[in-house]
Amino acid sequence: MKIMNCPLNGPRNITEFICGGEVREMPDPATSSDGAWVDYLFMENNKAGVIYEWWCHVPTTYWFVARRDTRTEEIIETLTVADFSGAAATGGQS
Amino acid sequence: MPWNLLKYGLSRKRHGPAYFPPQPELKPAYDVVIIGAGGHGLAAAYYLARDWGINNIAVLEKGYLGGGNTARNTTIIRANYLTPEGVAFYKESVELWRELDRELDINLMYSERGHLTLAHSDGAIRTARWRAEVNKHLGVDSQLVFPDDIARICPQLNLSPSVRYPILGALYHPPGAIARHDAVAWGYGREACRQGVEIHQLTEVEDVLTAGGHVTGVKTNRGVIHAGKVLQAVAASSTLLADMAGFRLPIQTVPLQACVTEPLKPILDPIIVSGSLHVYLSQSARGEFVMGGSTDPYALYSTRTSLDFKEGLAAHVLELLPMLAEVPIMREWAGMADMTPDFSPVMGRTPVENYYIDAGWGTWGFKATPVCGKRMAECVASDTQPDLLHPFRLSRIDELDFVGERGAASVGH
Repeated sequence: MKIMNCPLNGPRNITEFICGGEVREMPDPATSSDGAWVDYLFMENNKAGVIYEWWCHVPTTYWFVARRDTRTEEIIETLTVADFSGAAATGGQS
Repeated sequence: MPWNLLKYGLSRKRHGPAYFPPQPELKPAYDVVIIGAGGHGLAAAYYLARDWGINNIAVLEKGYLGGGNTARNTTIIRANYLTPEGVAFYKESVELWRELDRELDINLMYSERGHLTLAHSDGAIRTARWRAEVNKHLGVDSQLVFPDDIARICPQLNLSPSVRYPILGALYHPPGAIARHDAVAWGYGREACRQGVEIHQLTEVEDVLTAGGHVTGVKTNRGVIHAGKVLQAVAASSTLLADMAGFRLPIQTVPLQACVTEPLKPILDPIIVSGSLHVYLSQSARGEFVMGGSTDPYALYSTRTSLDFKEGLAAHVLELLPMLAEVPIMREWAGMADMTPDFSPVMGRTPVENYYIDAGWGTWGFKATPVCGKRMAECVASDTQPDLLHPFRLSRIDELDFVGERGAASVGH
């Protein structure tokens, strides 16, 4: 079984989680062009490498961010949204 | 016997002619470079040579011929889709399949078994009826059947009402077929080579060269090749190449797992699919039950397999066919599927002039090999989007003109 380390619930079986896709900055719908909005909705970076992703622990509906390598399936770290936002603000987001 | 086999392997004598010519040296330039020597890329090369007189073609392959999803699918061929655009496209493919082994002079073991898409809910019955009517309207043989008919078509199925998901009905598609997948790549590759096409294995594209919005060639691990036109047909690696060429794709790379049981005597004729139970299975020509499920729940560039998949699949298969309880699983594998948001492929021209794409084949690519090769050849040779491929153009995403095949994906994803 593959284990994911949930920031709230600790190590749990990965079947308890769903992946919410790569963390991407949402354009402002009021000011964004149609093209930028379509890109945000449907285009994928689909990167082969390390990415930040939204994950949710379903039984507790707890959302957090995981850093994962899409080539090796290694979960490098999991972060609360607050910690992730802090890391992004200080330039920690790759 | 093993001694003789060893001697034969070490000797230079061979009983028949070589299947493929020896790999030639790379030339500095080709009229068309095709990236990816799977079924789709080789079929496009074959039809470019046969129908359009273009044979100065190099098919580049970073691994070995037909070693990607052509070798990893579960070989189901059918035309019973949901959208009129999809049905018309796959109908032409089935028509090409039926003539293909004669045309390629190879035994594809094309076997029309009939295809049952089981419905376990009112919603699924409604979708099955919808698909049947669209299919009939376009001349594809499909009909909604109920348990008494299913018992006649496939008496092996557990039709008991006292299971978690009782079978309420099914979409029955008599032309549904299976074929020997490797032979499709070999057949197209051999015939393409006979017409002058070159196949270069272990040749990886490292960059796509463009100038003024046109493609001019590719940089490979064996040097730079100039090309008048370039076609990419690389499934899971589609985004990596599109990044090199400089355009965006609505594609995510997700593993799709499958497995086979040990061989049994022929006991199951039709192909069985259940969307609710996330199962599709058929019995291959050599007796193995070939089984697959839904794609993995998150993106990954890997062909690893998982215990979760096998446990879930086995539990669901046993609900349909309890007789398989004691049959061991013999092999398992995964392919990397290039999934799109509307469960339809991306085919045709791209924002880069003279650069064409054949991608977004997710879990539905094998059955399209002949029609895709034929129509992509038309697209590349004439630099126009054929009518049949128009619904599947890349720009449909920007135009929000999707082809929603979700209801017809073999397995609800």
